[in-house]
Amino acid sequence: MTPLSHYLVLGAILFGISVVGIFLNRKNVVILLMSIELMLLAVNMNFVAFSRYLDDTAGQVFVFFILTVAAAEAAIGLAILIVLFRSRRTINVEELDSLKG
Amino acid sequence: MTFLQLCFYFFSAVLVFAAGMVVTVRNPVKSALFLVLAFFSAACIWITLEAEFLAIVLVLVYVGAVMVLFLFVVMMLDIDLAVMRAGFTRYLPVGSVVALLLIGEIALVMISGFTSESFPAPAAHGADYSNSKELGLLIYTVYVYPFEIAAIILLVAIVAAIALTMRRRPDSKYINPSEQVKVNRDDRLRIVKMKSEPKPDQQIGGDA
Repeated sequence: MTPLSHYLVLGAILFGISVVGIFLNRKNVVILLMSIELMLLAVNMNFVAFSRYLDDTAGQVFVFFILTVAAAEAAIGLAILIVLFRSRRTINVEELDSLKG
Repeated sequence: MTFLQLCFYFFSAVLVFAAGMVVTVRNPVKSALFLVLAFFSAACIWITLEAEFLAIVLVLVYVGAVMVLFLFVVMMLDIDLAVMRAGFTRYLPVGSVVALLLIGEIALVMISGFTSESFPAPAAHGADYSNSKELGLLIYTVYVYPFEIAAIILLVAIVAAIALTMRRRPDSKYINPSEQVKVNRDDRLRIVKMKSEPKPDQQIGGDA
């Protein structure tokens, strides 16, 4: 069977790709949200792999909760995005500076 | 190399390729579709790890619901792609270096720390093993309070998403039923005191 480290390295590669995605698409909020989804997927991959190799189903329960929170996060994030676009006509992060942060 | 290992490497290659396309492709619709491919191959990898329930949930919830939501939003918004892509090549070297360092460091630790000797491959489960049953037993006994909190989080997300995006449209012909029920007689009806008028047929009779 595939050794555990291969699954963990796969999770690391996924996480790295999503970090690059956040660097590259700093202006597009939609792609930023997608990168965060990819990051959560990488974390879930590690959880499932450890759950299998330690023979402990509790890891899969955690993945279940992460999926729940991620779905709620995506729904609220996209709702905020729509409200933002309706009022500002843009989703460019650099133009969203009305709070002067 | 067994068939299971072959499956793992194939689906990992597809997953990494799809994830790379998500962050580099120009059109957000295409990157949403590549994210669907990434989630699907991740579900296939989870099946090789004997986590069938989560794999199906990933396909149903993520590919079926969340990604459709993403696609809807991406298609609804009118995004200026040229502005969004500005600075893409400028940040590419920095981003790649950071990511390669990150991946390299994690991989070094993982490969040296989690060897096949310290974590031997577990025995495959028997034919009567049910992953959904095991998960259900845990969720409804040990993790029952977190499970209910998760349900409340989903409820809050529903309420928040609807409350954020709902807006009053002035041109809609919507009637508020509660206002209709609560209406008073005095709001609608006015009784006017006036003198009685002579009967018309009496006038006609007088003329004749």
